[in-house]
Amino acid sequence: MSSNIRPSGVFDTTYSDDIALNRTRGEKAVSYGIVALLLLIPLLSLEGPFGISLVPQSLVGTIIRIAILVISVQGLNILTGYTGQVSLGHAAFMAVGAYSGAYLARQFGFSFWLALPTSALFTGVIGLLFGLPSLRVKGFYLSMATLAAQFIIPWTLRYPLEHISNGSRPLDVPVPDLFGINFGADGAMYYIVIPLAMALSLAARNISRTRTGRAMISIRDNDLAAELLGINVFSYKLQAFFVSAVYAGIAGCLMAFHTNNISLEFFAPQVSIELLAMLIIGGAGFPLGPMFGVAFVILLTQNVIPALVPSLYSALPSLLPFLAPVNVFAALNPLLFGLALMIFLIVEPRGLAYRWEILKISWKIRPFSY
Amino acid sequence: MSSVKLHIDDVSLSFGGIKALQHISFDVREGEIVSVIGPNGAGKTSLINSINGFYKPQSGRILFGGRDITKLPPYKRAQLGISRTFQNIALYTNMTALDNLMAARHLHMKSNMLTGALFIGPAQREEIEHRVIVEEIIEFLEMEAIRKSIVGTLSYGLRKRVELGRALALEPELLLLDEPMAGMNQEEKEDMARFILDIHEQRRTTILLIEHDVGLVMDISNHVVALDFGQKIAEGPPAEISQNEAVIRAYLGQENG
Repeated sequence: MSSNIRPSGVFDTTYSDDIALNRTRGEKAVSYGIVALLLLIPLLSLEGPFGISLVPQSLVGTIIRIAILVISVQGLNILTGYTGQVSLGHAAFMAVGAYSGAYLARQFGFSFWLALPTSALFTGVIGLLFGLPSLRVKGFYLSMATLAAQFIIPWTLRYPLEHISNGSRPLDVPVPDLFGINFGADGAMYYIVIPLAMALSLAARNISRTRTGRAMISIRDNDLAAELLGINVFSYKLQAFFVSAVYAGIAGCLMAFHTNNISLEFFAPQVSIELLAMLIIGGAGFPLGPMFGVAFVILLTQNVIPALVPSLYSALPSLLPFLAPVNVFAALNPLLFGLALMIFLIVEPRGLAYRWEILKISWKIRPFSY
Repeated sequence: MSSVKLHIDDVSLSFGGIKALQHISFDVREGEIVSVIGPNGAGKTSLINSINGFYKPQSGRILFGGRDITKLPPYKRAQLGISRTFQNIALYTNMTALDNLMAARHLHMKSNMLTGALFIGPAQREEIEHRVIVEEIIEFLEMEAIRKSIVGTLSYGLRKRVELGRALALEPELLLLDEPMAGMNQEEKEDMARFILDIHEQRRTTILLIEHDVGLVMDISNHVVALDFGQKIAEGPPAEISQNEAVIRAYLGQENG
């Protein structure tokens, strides 16, 4: 890995240097530069204080959506990427976060700032509950158990808790508000979501490189050896389920307050699959995996595929004359997404983050290939 | 005579009809190297797995430092100071050698999810503190060059060495080594034997060793236990065991005529 290869002439003289995330001045500059750039973006859009239109307004909304999903996929990365417990119920945990946040705000007049941590913790507890089967089952069978969460939670919200969730109809969520500043506008919401996504990503990174994270990775790589070498496997699996659900809860709650209008369709089973696909495309078990994966999939599904569909649609009658094009139009989107996922699984199953590591290494050792 | 560290008392273990261990009893004294020998399928690994808590014997007791550990789950036994290596290397394949050793410091570290997520402060101090200890082991086992290599990419001999390092990072009182020299060439075997003797001498660790190379076993152990078909057939100092008829028969087969 790249941590093994240093720029020429850089030597670590202390262990704290060796474990630092940014080891050289250049790395530090790049990290802070990216943070500064991200924080600048809404200021440069039309709605910003300068009123200049350097950045299209739609980009701000896209980045918020990406950031919310990054938080969710970071949680999934802790559970699936580090601890190795494949979860097919992540979207359901987002639903718990979204609906509990909305309920607290609507029913008890909780402010956004109180509703967010409360709903996150509540989602964590629900996650813990669905993590219990991991004591007895693992691998494929555990995925099936998490799939149960994906069916039980939305069903419970839709029918027994209809008075909370508004059933299959959309539910309005109040606009968050801080010291009189209304956060409804994309620009303002941006400054809640982006710093939170950064902080939570950093937290996930830190967890992965300290005691708890190593215990989780041990369980993924060899649960038997981990148990025999003093790690309480079940306890760490539960912790992973808890923290992963907390991340999902935060993402769900942010989504509710950002869109101000939620519906159970946002948390359907295929969303869980998509979240998992994002993680795999980005690189499961890599700190940068969620960022790469979410950004790639959002760009693919919202920009690239919509651009391809019309031309493909018009070319269909000549390509596959036995198909009535009307029947396949709706299927083209998921079809292309599935194709992209399949190509990824074959060409680079370790994901974009792994490619990125390779790229960094080859850049450092240029012009030699070894 | 030093005190008894590990007391195996009439332990029997069977899987369905297969009697893996039958009424095995012996002691491992503090500071000794005790070897368990026997042909394939004699029950050596089953014995270690029972001491370790991976298998639960149907009868008998296992006492560690005077405490009955027969019913304890594996991770609690590790907390008491029992560590091991595996016959078919069981490392954390996608971690670096360094992280494998750091992961084994788990029991001695305190940081949790919250302090870990924050990193700055207690978690960072702890990381550095334990890194120093792990680096001592890395130096001791001469694996400085591979500390940041992913263990899945290392050669067999080196992986065995990382695994020994990981077992040591637990700072065990009792070290269970399951065929640490299996599949190695003569040079690697000698290196490993040297490491085992050094561990024993410098750290005063009690060692229970499973090994097929009888010559080597006789050289380094204080005490030898011989198993065959789940039964203890002999026990004693190496010189005695190498002359023991039952052991010779088990290894070479019955003489006909």
